Amino acid sequence: MAQVTSPPKPAEVVSPAPARRYSSDAAGLGRLRAGAFVAPALALIAVFLVFPALWVIYLGLTNYRLTGAAAAEPQFVGLDNFVKAVTDPEFWDSTWLTFQFVLGSAVIGQVVLGFTLAWMLKDRRGTLKSVVEGLVILAWILPSAVVSFLWVALLDRDAGTLNALLGIPGFAWLLDHPMLSIIIFNTWRGTAFSMMLYGAALGNVPPSHLESARLAGASGWQQLRDVVFPHIRGHILTNLLLISLWTFNDFSPFLLTAGGPDGKSEVLAVHVYKVALQNGDLGYGAAISTVILLINLVVAVFYLRLLRSKK
Amino acid sequence: MAAIELRGLTKVYPGGVKALDSLDLTVPDGEFFALLGPSGCGKTTLLRTIAGLETATGGAVVIGGRDVTGVQPGGRDIAMVFQDYALFPHMDVSDNIAYPLRIKKVPKAARHAKAAEVGARLGLEQLMDRRPGQLSGGQQQRVALARVMATQAQAFLFDEPLSNLDARLRLEARTFLKKLQRELGVTTVFVTHDQAEALAMADRMAVMEAGHIRQIGTPAEVFQRPANTFVAAFIGSTPMNLLDAVVRGDTLEVAGCKLPVPASAEGLLTEGEKLVYGVRPEYMTYSAQPVDGSLTGGVVILENLGASHLVTLDVAGVLVQAVVPEGHEPALGEQGYAVPRGDRALVYRDGELVTA
Repeated sequence: MAQVTSPPKPAEVVSPAPARRYSSDAAGLGRLRAGAFVAPALALIAVFLVFPALWVIYLGLTNYRLTGAAAAEPQFVGLDNFVKAVTDPEFWDSTWLTFQFVLGSAVIGQVVLGFTLAWMLKDRRGTLKSVVEGLVILAWILPSAVVSFLWVALLDRDAGTLNALLGIPGFAWLLDHPMLSIIIFNTWRGTAFSMMLYGAALGNVPPSHLESARLAGASGWQQLRDVVFPHIRGHILTNLLLISLWTFNDFSPFLLTAGGPDGKSEVLAVHVYKVALQNGDLGYGAAISTVILLINLVVAVFYLRLLRSKK
Repeated sequence: MAAIELRGLTKVYPGGVKALDSLDLTVPDGEFFALLGPSGCGKTTLLRTIAGLETATGGAVVIGGRDVTGVQPGGRDIAMVFQDYALFPHMDVSDNIAYPLRIKKVPKAARHAKAAEVGARLGLEQLMDRRPGQLSGGQQQRVALARVMATQAQAFLFDEPLSNLDARLRLEARTFLKKLQRELGVTTVFVTHDQAEALAMADRMAVMEAGHIRQIGTPAEVFQRPANTFVAAFIGSTPMNLLDAVVRGDTLEVAGCKLPVPASAEGLLTEGEKLVYGVRPEYMTYSAQPVDGSLTGGVVILENLGASHLVTLDVAGVLVQAVVPEGHEPALGEQGYAVPRGDRALVYRDGELVTA
């Protein structure tokens, strides 16, 4: 008890209103009404996400085809489709190409280029920054159809802009280097997201920490290693998670190379399209899609584990 | 350890803002030096220019006889404590302290031994494995100090070293910092906006305003004989009385009262001259009885300062403040007589101190 040497003037006593009991039900709606609010969203998710996913898993267990007798009366074939997929060298070729595509265009291309751009533009103001950011974001927001037409025009064998610039007419980029072409294409296309994410993340690195490292004599690379990367670790992993999954499922390489030549750029998304819609083998395509879903899950769990692990 | 010398140092920001205007300053070896001034006066810019974090537009920075104006911060052999301490959150205390040594490629065992030694000196032995996020503000400050000490730099720079601590801890840290600086004997420049902090800690201090240094001196000089009305108004926990005065023979007419000419200005004034008369409330003697040569008026405000009271008198419409020891405080409305101490009163002509 504190000793009161000078009592306060007596004031009107206001009894506090009975404290409202706070439960986890913050809005006070009750289960039923709260459920009613969520129901439309849940219904949409169920119809457009959960049901198709389950439908794909079911289709994967049948010999369902786009046309013909199996289209009218699909037969249940058990795990035949899955066995066929994992024993098919074409499937493994596609998986390997997808891995190259993700590693080259997302992990190396977009992340490295995006971070480099964000780092270089960090302390700049004015025209240069606006122009670079504008160009990079433009590549991101243009419709795929427009973009692929531009790239076909750029890389065309006979009348392509690139060959004209390099003075090597007749060089067939899309035929001779299909993987390289789609990797560079996708890096160009998707760098904006990483650049903006890192731009925002770098704004959170306290300037005094960088200055402290500079005073200690740290080089540019040491500042990145000791100050910047530890600060934006969460951003880097989130960025990697998102663009890895996006790139893994990306279909736009088809617009440039159609998977060719000779399947040399047939990533999994393109492979599924060819199997299910061009060959009409919907059951087998669904089985491959299920495998893709599983691979995505593994990738996501891997990154989320890293994200949650102690620094 | 080394002296810091600034010659004609100028810093103009893009856009034309002149943060430092041709400053000359010498901080001798081993001195604890304060840069004091209101927000935006350029004190932090000056410190950062010494550190090399800002590039000087003109002039030179010389540390230990070496011109480092064009040298990168890492090559200047100085260490700095930042306002937010700038400890790396992902490194433990030991790694934080050893970080500058790691950059200098000191072997792991040697740098951790050094960190342990410095940490023990600052009472951090029990905390060496903790992360900065698990430390209190005062402990974080000591880690930042330990990191600076471990570098064995020629000079230390502190940017508002006490501003992130709560009021109670700030007083303790003030004493601690002063003791530590004395023991280490390393030339140290610190920035503060708190005049009490500068007076308490510094060996010498510079008071800055709008990119200029308005006075350099010991805390006693700056407090007792401010060189101009800016410093006079800025220094002191109770603001100095600055009153318009006119010379009348051998007296000064201030707010209708006749006061003797202060000792410092004797023989330097001309008849009828308009001046500013300055005296600190602490250098006033209050009396309830009429006294010759006093400022006379009714008591309008009483403020409790703890061991004393600050009395405000209304002298013919001019407010004059005097400090009265406890037990002698007057009642509100009472007529009071405040006599300035002749050897502490000052006279300012056009804002500058009149002195022989």
